[in-house]
Amino acid sequence: MSTTEQSTMVVPPGGHEPHAEHAGGGHHTSTGLSNEKMAMWTFLGSECLLFGGLISTFLLYRGKEVVSGPEVRELYDIPFTSVSSFILLMSSLTMVLALSAIQRGNHRQLRTWLLTTALLGSTFVAGQVYEFTAFYREGLGFTTNIQSSAFYVLTGFHGAHVTIGIVMLLSLFVMSHRGSLPTGRSETVEIVGLYWHFVDIVWIIIFTVIYLVP
Amino acid sequence: MALTDDRPVLELTAGEDAERREPLGVFRRPTATTGWRSWLTSVDHKKIGIMYGATAMVFFAIGGLEALLIRTQLATPDGQVLSEQAYNQAFTMHGTTMVFLVIMPMLAAFANYLIPLMIGARDVAFPRLNALSYWIFLAGGLFLYSSFFLGGAPDNGWTSYAPLSNNLAYSPGMGQDFWTLGLQITGIASLASAVNLIVTVINMRAPGMTLMRMPIFVWMSLVAQFLLLFAIPVITVALFLLMFDRLFGANFFNVAEGADPLLWQHLFWIFGHPEVYILILPAFGIISEVIPAFARKPLFGYPFMVFSGVAIGFMGWGVWAHHMFASGLGPVSVAAFSLSTMFIAVPTGVKIFNWIATLWNGKLNFTVPMLFAVALVSQFVIGGLSGVTHSVAPHDTQQHDTYYIVAHFHYVLFGGSMFGIFAGVYFWWPKVFGRMLSETIGKAHFWLMFAGFNLTFGPMHILGLQGQPRRTATYAEGMGWDLMNQLATWGSYLIAASFLLWIFNVVKSRANPPAGADPWDARTLEWSISSPPPAHNFDIEPTVSQLDEWWHRKYGEDDHGVIVRRDDYEWMSVVGPEEGGTSAPPPESIHLPSPSYWPIVLALGLPLIAYGLLFTYWLSALGGLVLIASVYGWSLEPSVDPDAGHGHVEPDRVDDDDDPGTAADPVAAGTTEEPS
Ligand code: HEM
Ligand SMILES: [Cu+2]
Repeated sequence: MSTTEQSTMVVPPGGHEPHAEHAGGGHHTSTGLSNEKMAMWTFLGSECLLFGGLISTFLLYRGKEVVSGPEVRELYDIPFTSVSSFILLMSSLTMVLALSAIQRGNHRQLRTWLLTTALLGSTFVAGQVYEFTAFYREGLGFTTNIQSSAFYVLTGFHGAHVTIGIVMLLSLFVMSHRGSLPTGRSETVEIVGLYWHFVDIVWIIIFTVIYLVP
Repeated sequence: MALTDDRPVLELTAGEDAERREPLGVFRRPTATTGWRSWLTSVDHKKIGIMYGATAMVFFAIGGLEALLIRTQLATPDGQVLSEQAYNQAFTMHGTTMVFLVIMPMLAAFANYLIPLMIGARDVAFPRLNALSYWIFLAGGLFLYSSFFLGGAPDNGWTSYAPLSNNLAYSPGMGQDFWTLGLQITGIASLASAVNLIVTVINMRAPGMTLMRMPIFVWMSLVAQFLLLFAIPVITVALFLLMFDRLFGANFFNVAEGADPLLWQHLFWIFGHPEVYILILPAFGIISEVIPAFARKPLFGYPFMVFSGVAIGFMGWGVWAHHMFASGLGPVSVAAFSLSTMFIAVPTGVKIFNWIATLWNGKLNFTVPMLFAVALVSQFVIGGLSGVTHSVAPHDTQQHDTYYIVAHFHYVLFGGSMFGIFAGVYFWWPKVFGRMLSETIGKAHFWLMFAGFNLTFGPMHILGLQGQPRRTATYAEGMGWDLMNQLATWGSYLIAASFLLWIFNVVKSRANPPAGADPWDARTLEWSISSPPPAHNFDIEPTVSQLDEWWHRKYGEDDHGVIVRRDDYEWMSVVGPEEGGTSAPPPESIHLPSPSYWPIVLALGLPLIAYGLLFTYWLSALGGLVLIASVYGWSLEPSVDPDAGHGHVEPDRVDDDDDPGTAADPVAAGTTEEPS
């Protein structure tokens, strides 16, 4: 049809530059971003809706009167949870340090920071386990009332996400230890980092919504 | 994480020795690419597409049988064919099957098969993840149907409204749990596939294939995949809450504890309304490829088609509560959702006008795919218009839960999605299997189905307006509903007959003559390679310079500006010399991912976990173990087996960006690039 269109350049602007810098993955893609990283971003987009649904459910029931047992908010230990939230926040910092270590090619430091991050994450999860048992002893079980169900499911899902993150961090640690995480594959650390930061950010939202907003 | 990473870890670092290291002795990497075993382990997007399609057709037959049972029961007043309980199971499983096990996987079949071919890629971004999606989908479907043998099928309708569904007193037995867990499993499949296909479209396009040069089918599938990406987690949450209520005594839908009875409906329809666009947009994409091919004109208003599709994708999120007008939302919400629902008809109308404009003055050729496509347009208009009548809330309160609704959504789902699917099946069949389907049988199939469809669902509009409620096993004599019900039942037998014709056509097609690479003289890249395509799709990564690239390679203008066919056009891949192509053998350097056992093993873990939740936790533990072991095996498995006989990338070609091996095969680049 239109002959003008035919003569336009073969290589679209911003698309497949013949010698665009290779993405970290080492192979060529239309956007320059590696498939793996884009997959993680896409997946995290979907996770937003997962937590969105859980947070909405929690919010819906927070204002409702409960028929049996205590309300969740009567049991909050805000100083305690603030400390464990702070610990989780710090783990984002150490994750950044881990990434920068591998990018500089410092694999010893990488392992140190990976382990620290995993440790901080575990501390947070341990804090959550403690909180759950404390609440349970105060008479707030999973099935006690609508608020308790919503609370345990929301925070439990988040805790599960942190736990999966810890497993990923430890896998990275083992990989690095065995020498299968060379500097050129720093993107793997970056992708795990994306997940980790995401989980942290979600916690900030959850913490604010559950514990801080009156 | 490990699931999405298709790059081998071992190979990169340890080089020579690692290539010979077996990750786990139990499973040697499979190598067969032919024979039945190859289907179990294949990671080829084309095979996976075929498996999706075949499985969906089997479920279509099953769902159809359930529909026949329903219709036979309703043929006369006081029907005695099914007990009320069995009737409930029949319509629940029918609706669930048609939506989740027929239309969604059918569209996944098209997306899997066509997207890489249409964008000029060797495979999807994550081939093993793709296989995993299929096997999880199958596992979920079989799990759902196993309920018939293990204590009763679900019977709360495909919407499973709480508190009917969560309350163990109202729905005892495990049917509802099978529904909850089964859909949870298929949801995982859809989500994984959405991530995979989105990354594929965005990242794996051939040089020059800009977004606005992508075939419209790719666009509509992309929008649908984004809808899935954001809709699936919402139903996931809903299903989890329901599961926790039923299995562990949580209170999310427990009205006695003060739970909000509308929570389920909100979550379900925030998923459910986008879902209907997930079911229809790819079908729109299919007929937007079929109509131009047989009108012998480019699609009218391509950019409008793209933007209206994207607009529908966005607007689909703002209308969910129109399914809840009768539930007491309050006047403000009802007004707002009425309005937003009316607005969404606008981009849909744009599409319909563009199809009509494409047909206008075209040299129309009514092949079977074209017949199905044009039928879609006409029937979807009826379904769309009755949809707009629901957006008027006072109307809706009258029509709610009557057969008028049943008529509406069948005009959309069957007259729309399913006719689009058949248009696509007839259109791409010769590409996929290398043989034409018979036009004569196909036309008989079409006309029977068209007549049967309208005879079945047309009368339901009237029944609905006369007040016959849906989901009700019988009706009394003397309501004035008898004739219309009889017509509808006869129509349903016609549909069944048309389905048998279709199967006959498929069986017979094996003896038909080869179709050749481009039997319809079509427009998009997949027609430029042999039928069926070679495993590596393209010999050379195609370079694209415009929309409908393949068409423009075939046609040029002569000195007078008249469009004429070129004889000397460039094929993009190996087709036999009799078709004008070279018969060059595929280059040795193309590296394809090897088959793998892990997707099917991993998928097995999920129904095990689910059965465990219902029967004994031991099974869940076993399923968890299977899951963990296969994630481990998966991530240690090199994505290309050196012994699989696929040839290797020559080192000097690795840094060449046009190297076909680097497009789909990260390993090929990685092995020589990063020896650190
Ligand atoms: C692509 C094909 C089809 C799709 C997607 C589809 C979808 C559905 C859905 C979602 C429902 C609602 C189930 C519920 O209320 O829980 C339904 C109900 C029904 N379907 Fe289909 N269906 C299809 C084909 C057919 C066919 C071929 C027939 C008849 C021959 C049929 C007859 C019915 C009837 C009579 C009901 C109403 C049951 C009731 O409300 O009592 N459907 N269908
Ligand atoms: Cu809707």
